Amino acid sequence: MQQQQKLIFEKSVSGRRCTQLPACDIENKTALPQDLLREEAPLLPEIAEVDLVRHYMALSRKAHGVDNGFYPLGSCTMKYNPRLNEEVAAMPGFTDIHPLQPTASVQGALKVMQLLQQYLAEITGMDAVTLQPAAGAQGEWTGLLLIKAYHEAHGEQNRTKILIPDSAHGTNPASAAMCGFQVVHVPCTEDGFVDVAALRSLAGPDTAGLMLTNPNTLGLFEKDSLEMADIIHKAGGLLYYDGANLNAIMGIARPGDLGFDVCHLNLHKTFSTPHGGGGPGSGPVGCKKALSPYLPNPIVEDENGQLTLNFDNPNSIGQVKAFYGNFLVYLKAFTYILSSGADGLKQASQGAVLNANYMLYQLKEIFHLNNTFPCMHEFVLSMEDLKEETGVSAMDVAKALLDYGIHPPTMYFPLIVPEALMVEPTETENKETLDFAIETFRKIKEEAFADSAKLHQYPLQTPVRRLDEVQAARKPILKYQKSENQ
Amino acid sequence: MSEIKKGLLYADSHEWVLVKDDGTAVMGLSDHAQDAMGDIVFINLPSVGDHFSAGDILGDLESVKAVSDIYCPITGTVTEVNEVLLDSPEKINQEPYEAWLVKLENVSGAESLLDAAAYEELLAKEV
Amino acid sequence: MTSYVPHTQEEKQEILASMHLNSMEELFCHIPEQVRLKELLQIPLGKSEMEVKTQINALAQKNKVFPTIFRGAGAYRHFIPAVVKQMASREEFVTAYTPYQAEISQGILQSIFEYQTMICSLTGMDAANASVYDGATAAAEAMNMCRSPKKKKVLIAATANPQVIATMQTYAYSFDMEIGLIPQKNGKTDLTALSQLLDDSISCVYIASPNYYGQIEDCGKIAQLIHAAGSIYIAGCNPISLGLLQTPAAMGADIAVGEGQPLGLPLGFGGPYLGFMACKSAMMRKLPGRIVGQTVDADGKTAYVLTLQAREQHIRREKAASNICSNQALCALTAGIYLAAMGPNGLKEVANLCLQKAHYAATEMQKISGFQLVYDGPFFHEFVTKCPIPVEKVMTALEEKNILGGLPLNGALDNCILWCFTECNSKEEIDTLIQILKEVT
Repeated sequence: MQQQQKLIFEKSVSGRRCTQLPACDIENKTALPQDLLREEAPLLPEIAEVDLVRHYMALSRKAHGVDNGFYPLGSCTMKYNPRLNEEVAAMPGFTDIHPLQPTASVQGALKVMQLLQQYLAEITGMDAVTLQPAAGAQGEWTGLLLIKAYHEAHGEQNRTKILIPDSAHGTNPASAAMCGFQVVHVPCTEDGFVDVAALRSLAGPDTAGLMLTNPNTLGLFEKDSLEMADIIHKAGGLLYYDGANLNAIMGIARPGDLGFDVCHLNLHKTFSTPHGGGGPGSGPVGCKKALSPYLPNPIVEDENGQLTLNFDNPNSIGQVKAFYGNFLVYLKAFTYILSSGADGLKQASQGAVLNANYMLYQLKEIFHLNNTFPCMHEFVLSMEDLKEETGVSAMDVAKALLDYGIHPPTMYFPLIVPEALMVEPTETENKETLDFAIETFRKIKEEAFADSAKLHQYPLQTPVRRLDEVQAARKPILKYQKSENQ
Repeated sequence: MSEIKKGLLYADSHEWVLVKDDGTAVMGLSDHAQDAMGDIVFINLPSVGDHFSAGDILGDLESVKAVSDIYCPITGTVTEVNEVLLDSPEKINQEPYEAWLVKLENVSGAESLLDAAAYEELLAKEV
Repeated sequence: MTSYVPHTQEEKQEILASMHLNSMEELFCHIPEQVRLKELLQIPLGKSEMEVKTQINALAQKNKVFPTIFRGAGAYRHFIPAVVKQMASREEFVTAYTPYQAEISQGILQSIFEYQTMICSLTGMDAANASVYDGATAAAEAMNMCRSPKKKKVLIAATANPQVIATMQTYAYSFDMEIGLIPQKNGKTDLTALSQLLDDSISCVYIASPNYYGQIEDCGKIAQLIHAAGSIYIAGCNPISLGLLQTPAAMGADIAVGEGQPLGLPLGFGGPYLGFMACKSAMMRKLPGRIVGQTVDADGKTAYVLTLQAREQHIRREKAASNICSNQALCALTAGIYLAAMGPNGLKEVANLCLQKAHYAATEMQKISGFQLVYDGPFFHEFVTKCPIPVEKVMTALEEKNILGGLPLNGALDNCILWCFTECNSKEEIDTLIQILKEVT
């Protein structure tokens, strides 16, 4: 049994120091009026450097990243994060430049932005790209604001509805609602595709646009994508491409060629920048020419070989955050694109689809499923039958995987599949890893039939076991409280 | 099988109502509703003075991994909100017919609600 | 080309054969033939690591790194201890996803819980979230927390950072909210104007202190006015200044937000930074994004987990108040390590060094004719001066000596300079600055 990890505050001893600061070299000291000063020092730990290091080392050992093992978390594209990316993003020429330096002194950074915009436009088949959105969700919201601004500029304020398939990520409807759009749900057919007939009946003069993830969240390419684009465009709406699953089609097909007008990318998924335990990400938005006047400020422009930042675009929706996006994050994506190149990106997508199918092909057999084959870069297993036969749920299977050192797939999503486990192996895993994961699934299934009670107990080997989430939510404790007797 | 308390009226969206002679009413969630929801961790309730028509969304319930709308089973105006539930939503799981959500006045539309027998039939069909 | 796909050609064929397929193309059979690319993308072919590093290094060299910086305005150069960078670059933190699987994510969850505690303590608030994108979106998300169908107006201090105002305006456009700017008087929010603008249509008011001009606002009076009108006070704050200054909560703010970049994050040309958000317990369930809570596991052991998830987009979908999913977790971790490394005394010392350097510089600058301070209220580490000659001349003279001068302002403050001083600026550097200013004017 591992020792309980103390909070850093519980290791604090009054008077201990980690970082020492230089003495103040100013002789005549200034004092602010007393009423402006805080009465009590903030509750921060007082700890020596070695203890601080050991604290965070201990925490890091209780975390699981791609570097620790297989991470087939569907829809999150947990591919390997190349070390070169990290080294580049730590170059002082990038880390130590102020965002408000004169543009003449940051030509290298602006060149990175300009080239990356070009590359992403080419990869997606769009005409213009902004790098400002900080994450996929902010990208979605930015893209939808472009649609809103476009319709308003064309006198079509009545286009207030965004069509969203039931298989979509929760962010899609949330982003649309944030823009003031009304969300219209588009049903899916039994095999998981958008119901085109339903879409046709829902599209009309109040349609602002359709948000589509393609391949969709079941890992299937929406085969009627071109027809859907046609329906929406004929109704006067625009098409939004959710780039969450772009890893399946880089260099194979482009959203722009599929009829999409605007898209966002998740550089922290498709372009190998690390997830950082939840962020920072980067969510650039690409669009067709008709929407480009509305892109967020500022825009990188080339004035006779000098790159500048133009804040003066009269039709722009404005800024979506401070400065120019998560620069050091998209610098890593830029590095990845240079390393991979046109040839490497295509091979990455091919590899992602190959690996997903290799797993699907065998897991289909193991769990007697009738998933569509081939899939794209991910697939969804339903544990519905297993649960019926053994009482072992998707959650139980996921928790059992933890004890084998495999990060579980995404659970209970998409919502249209009961007892869903969404598996995305990515292209950076070798065959031995995939074989091990397949074997592990087989073992867990066999155990479910042999000893289902044990499956409800997993995990047994992890630093903590299943958590009481009900208590956490009913009586939230969101910060450390110093106890009375300390 | 979940409990269906006699003497109450039920909506097909699984709320119960007790309508009094003075045109006031008190409502809550049926045992079936709380059971389907699982452990309730939070409830969003309306404010006193809010007016609802039958079928309007009155608030919502949160479990750890789901949110479910609560519909107002009858038309009326909120006169009182059970604030105890804000701190102890588990009471809805424990005693669904004691843990009322809101009291309403000037209510109407009770005639389209189900009595205990009809509600039992509805639940039997849903299974 | 650098490929991160481990398979050899033979292995790829082997895998295809195992599925009774002959070619890669068969895997993409569902994509309509007419949209399948026939040629490679028009971007350069892949390169080796050595070539890429050389190419990008050449780009990095085209950026000028100023060894001396007197510019802030929303992005601040502070000293970053080695231990902060090293601990925050542990691979387990860097390469993990959002900690949905709590059993193998206790390290990340606990670090966020500690970060939330520190943010609460700095601001005096009851609850904090696990971060949002930056200080500007934190202000915008705070405005979103106050959204109500009856109150559609928001007041923002004209003394707020222009980047924050611009971002809030974009969000307000999205939320169909109306923004009014509260005029400034002598570099601070005009309280008379504020009380005139306040009425029952105002959902919330955003005022930062220290503000864009470095001035410390009359937060206590501001809080009284806002609350008297039944509105919500969103206080923008600089986390370093909170080593010294009164907490937003103590002065009556309901929500505290700010840019966490000063807490151990590099300038990085504007990002990634860290938006922190904290509030009183009454508004806790309106906080957007991830929040970590304490609970117990199946064996009764204390453990941490993402909580109050039913607020979020993956559950509430179009009814979620915010769409945020990815946040700035690694930046929050960095800030947490920074604050732990500094401790209460270190943070106070950093804040005090900023204060002393800035006041020394201000005193010395005022001795030069034409560089008088524009505003006379108390300030933290930034202030505005006039400039007796065209600002560009001053900036060029400083750049020649590898100094990034203050930020030239425009509009009503045309030909004025917003200066910033931190613990990174030695007295010697400041004396050099003063000398150059004397020489050019």
